[in-house]
Amino acid sequence: MLSRIKHFFDTFLLTELVRGMSMTGRYFFARKITVQYPEERAPQSPRFRGLHAQRRYPNGEERCIACKLCEAVCPALAIQIESEQRADGTRRTTRYDIDLTKCIFCGFCEEACPVDAIVETRVYEYHGEKRGDLYYTKEMLLAVGDKYEAQIAQDRAADARYR
Amino acid sequence: MAEIRNYTLNFGPQHPAAHGVLRLVLELDGEVVERADPHIGLLHRATEKLAEHKTFLQSVPYMDRLDYVSMMCNEHAYVMATEKLLGITPPLRAQYIRVMFDEITRILNHLLWLGAHALDVGAMTVFLYAFREREDLMDVYEAVTGARLHAAYYRPGGVYRDLPDRMPQYQPNKFKSEADVKRLNEARQGSVLDFIEDFTNRFPAYVDEYETLLTDNRIWKQRLVDIAVVSPERAKALGFTGPMLRGSGVVWDLRKHQPYEVYDQIEFDIPVGRNGDCYDRYLVRIEEMRQSNRIIRQCVDWLKKNPGPVIVDNHKIAPPSREQMKSNMEELIHHFKLFTEGMHVPEGEAYAAVEHPKGEFGIYLVSDGANKPYRMKIRAPGFAHLSAMDELVRGHMLADVVAVMGTLDVVFGEIDR
Repeated sequence: MLSRIKHFFDTFLLTELVRGMSMTGRYFFARKITVQYPEERAPQSPRFRGLHAQRRYPNGEERCIACKLCEAVCPALAIQIESEQRADGTRRTTRYDIDLTKCIFCGFCEEACPVDAIVETRVYEYHGEKRGDLYYTKEMLLAVGDKYEAQIAQDRAADARYR
Repeated sequence: MAEIRNYTLNFGPQHPAAHGVLRLVLELDGEVVERADPHIGLLHRATEKLAEHKTFLQSVPYMDRLDYVSMMCNEHAYVMATEKLLGITPPLRAQYIRVMFDEITRILNHLLWLGAHALDVGAMTVFLYAFREREDLMDVYEAVTGARLHAAYYRPGGVYRDLPDRMPQYQPNKFKSEADVKRLNEARQGSVLDFIEDFTNRFPAYVDEYETLLTDNRIWKQRLVDIAVVSPERAKALGFTGPMLRGSGVVWDLRKHQPYEVYDQIEFDIPVGRNGDCYDRYLVRIEEMRQSNRIIRQCVDWLKKNPGPVIVDNHKIAPPSREQMKSNMEELIHHFKLFTEGMHVPEGEAYAAVEHPKGEFGIYLVSDGANKPYRMKIRAPGFAHLSAMDELVRGHMLADVVAVMGTLDVVFGEIDR
C-alpha cells in the first residue's frame, strides 16, 4: 500500500526527473574538467607511440645499421629499407621509408630495433594534405629525430628498466 | 480501394544510430517493423586471412582492431589460444595484469555502450559523464601500453612490459594555475596502480550517478521496458552470450564456469536479469561495471604485493630484455630469430574463449608447426547477436529499432572482422 502511495506521488511530482536534474544542476556549478586543447594538453606517457623518428649517436652518426629487423617484424609492411656498404666499411641504409598511411602504430619496430634507431615519439600533431605527404623518407625521419632528441632520450631512459 | 504496400526503408550504413556501418533494410507497415534484414560486410578487413600470413606475434595488434572498444579482451583470446598450442602458462603476475586490464576494458566498453545507448534513446548527459570516466581509464591504457586504444600489450607468454611506477601528470598552463594542476595531479602522484586504486574508489559513485539519471527515469523506462524480450530458451537457441544471455536470466559466464587465468581466485558475482528485455540487459551491464570494479580492486591489491616477471623466461617464445640482448650473443640471436622468423608453434589446434564485454569471444587456431597459423577463426559474439535482429525487432516500432541496436552493443569491427 505504502509503495502504491509513493508511486502515485512519484508519478505526479516527477521525483526521479527532479533528482536527475538536480544532479546535472550540481555539475553545472562544479569545477569543469575540460582540457582546452591546444593551449592545454592532457598528460602524456613516456611510452606513447606517435610519429616515428630515426635517431643519431651523440657524434652525429646515424644509429641505423640496416639490419632490417623492423622491416621484417612490421605487420603492416609499412617499412622499406635498402642498404649499401659505405667507403669506411660500415653498413648503412640508403633508403629508409615508412608509409605512415600503412603503419598501425603497434611499436614493434621500436621493440625489434637492436640499436634503438627507430623510435616512436610523443609527437601526434602532424598531418599530410595529400597521401604522399605521409610517406616519410629517411631524411624526414632523421629530421624528426634531431628535433626531438632530448625528449626521445628522456622517454627511453624513463622506460629503460621495463624493457 | 487504394493499394497499400509495405514501405522498405534503408537504415544506415551512414545513420548515426547505426553504430558504425550497419546497413539495415527494414520493411515497415506504417511505423511497425515487419522484417529487419541486417547487411554486414562494410567493414570487412579479412583479419582471419591476414593472420595466415603473419607470424604469431604480428597478429596481436590486429586483434585490437576487431572489437575496437574492447581491445585487450580480443588480444587476450588470441594469446590464450597461442599459449594453449605452445603449452605454456604465463607468470602469475602477468595473469593478474591481464585480468585487471580485461576488467578495465570491460568498464571502458560498458561506458561507451551506456553513453551511446542513452544518446540513441535521447539522453545526452550520460554520454558526457561516461566519457569523463573513460578518459581516466584511457590514461591508464596510455601509461601502461603507450596507446589509448590499440594497445598491442598482451604477448604469447605474458604481457609486454610491467606496469610503470609513475603516472603521467598535468602540466601548468595559461588555463590552469599551479593550484589547479596540483589538485588534478593529486591522484597521479603514485604509480599506475595507485591511480587505478583511486579510480576504483571513485567509480561506484559515478555508476550511482548514471543510475540516478537513467534507472528510474520514466522516459528511459518507456523506451526500454518490454522491448525485444528474449526468453531464456530462445536466447540459448540464438547463440547469445554475455550480457545478452544473462539479461534473459541464464546464469552463464565463462569467468565463472570455465575460469581462465586467475578468475577462480577472485571474488565476484554475475548479475542476471529476469525479463530478458532491454531494460534488464541495461541493469545487467550496470551491475557488471560494479563487479568489474571489484575485480580490478582485488587485482590491484595483489599486484601491489607481488612483484615479479610479467613474461615467460623462454627466449624461444618471448624476446630477452634489452640489456641481455645487448650484452649476450646468444640472446641477440634469439632476438633476431624472434623478430624475423617468429616462434614456431607445435602442430595442433586450439580454441580459447574469453568472457568479452559483449559475450563469448573465441579464437580457434590451427597450426601446422610453422611460424604462422595455418588457419584462424574468430568467434565474434556480436555476429550472433546481430543475427537475432530480425526476431528482436519484428512487431516493434521503428523507434525501437534504435533501442534494440543499443542493447545488442554491436561493434562492426568484430562482426565484419
